[in-house]
Amino acid sequence: MTNDVLKVTIERSSDVQDVFEVPAFESQTVLDVVSWVQQNADPTLSYRFACRVGMCGSCAMMVNGVPRWTCRTHINKVLDGNEVTIGPLRNLPVIKDLAVDMDPFFDKWVAAEGVHHGALTRDDPIAPIDEDSAPRAEANAGIECINCSVCYAACDTVAGNPDYLGPAALQRAWTLLNDAKDEGRAAILDAVSDSGGCHNCHSMGSCTAYCPNDLDPMSAIAGLKRETAKSFFKRGR
Amino acid sequence: MLNLRLYMLQRITALLMAPLVLGHLAVMIYAIQGGLSAAEILGRTQGSAVWFLFYGTFVIAVAIHGAIGLRAIVHEWGGLKRPALDLFMWVVGLALLSLGARAVWAVTFA
Amino acid sequence: MKAASGITSRAHPLWLVYLLHRMSGLALTLFLPLHFWVLALAMTDPARLDGFLHLTEAGVVKLAEIGLVFLLAVHMFGGLRLMAMEWLPWSPSQKTLAAGAAALSFLIALLFFLKAI
Repeated sequence: MTNDVLKVTIERSSDVQDVFEVPAFESQTVLDVVSWVQQNADPTLSYRFACRVGMCGSCAMMVNGVPRWTCRTHINKVLDGNEVTIGPLRNLPVIKDLAVDMDPFFDKWVAAEGVHHGALTRDDPIAPIDEDSAPRAEANAGIECINCSVCYAACDTVAGNPDYLGPAALQRAWTLLNDAKDEGRAAILDAVSDSGGCHNCHSMGSCTAYCPNDLDPMSAIAGLKRETAKSFFKRGR
Repeated sequence: MLNLRLYMLQRITALLMAPLVLGHLAVMIYAIQGGLSAAEILGRTQGSAVWFLFYGTFVIAVAIHGAIGLRAIVHEWGGLKRPALDLFMWVVGLALLSLGARAVWAVTFA
Repeated sequence: MKAASGITSRAHPLWLVYLLHRMSGLALTLFLPLHFWVLALAMTDPARLDGFLHLTEAGVVKLAEIGLVFLLAVHMFGGLRLMAMEWLPWSPSQKTLAAGAAALSFLIALLFFLKAI
């Protein structure tokens, strides 16, 4: 890549696209490009970021049609010639420019019972955890989720079915289902069996394909399908 | 718009149909040797309880499976919502069932 | 580069398999009413049924038939793959092996069957 100037198209709304010429630098990330535009070309550009090191999950955007964490994506890897198109995350309402309203995403975490269901009090001893048990391995597989909503933006089922809880929330439900310290098994299975639940998933695998942390929500959702199917035969529902 | 019950129905009918599809494929490959004729088909199926059960089960399963499948497609790609979505599913299912039952009856006992 | 939310930019193998499964299922379901109606002619109008069955000798119709058989096989194996993925807690490589073995045995059985008749 020896381009001196990048041609950066930014989607400000569904019908307004602004094109900016941004100087190319060594080791430049997509977030660096967006920040350069905001600091040097158009101070009214709205976008969101915090940690810049792939921990906080706040900077995800659509880059050439693919949802990505922009702070850990080198611009060289996504350039088409010297051009790139950056837009707000898919499947979420846009507040302004590149900033989306994450409320529906987080509301669905709660709707999927992605909350702690404790049974112990502070007076009880801390429950021992067997790190080598099979359920713990399943739980560990999903706990590095940073809530960036890349999987949610990648999922076509979410796009067509707004009630669908989505990969991130369902993966959290699966993690808690396998967590020895969580007592919410019945509540979780009920929540993910509802009309917006895990059974809407068509296993297209976009969540797993695009997760920046290499997590596997599709397999987690398959786990939920397995457990709910078992309980269907046991409980008749 | 698929809850656990619809999902289980979809999977159970699918499992039921897997061997039926294999049988159907085998019959097709066998039957088209030397061309198709009404007499040949009817000679095989007419008055046969086995073929009646085979195709009868197939039709019931495919009516359920197809109706639930189309339900997901018209919801995700067509934006159809409940209760119209439920109505659509029932109409598709019952239409497939009645047309299929009529066809099975026609080639076996009619 | 056009819209940042275009669909083709997100096409990957599993997504294509999903689309193939959906389109084959849709096509098969839409074909069924015609299939049932033609068979029911055996009861109402046997001569017309023979007319339709002779149509299957025509090149274009033959091609459409092969297409339908292909859709049926693709939808069945795609569905079995999906259920294995959802319900069998195997590792991905085990599933790939199982799928390969199933496809191979189906192919061998099919060849044998075509030879036998």
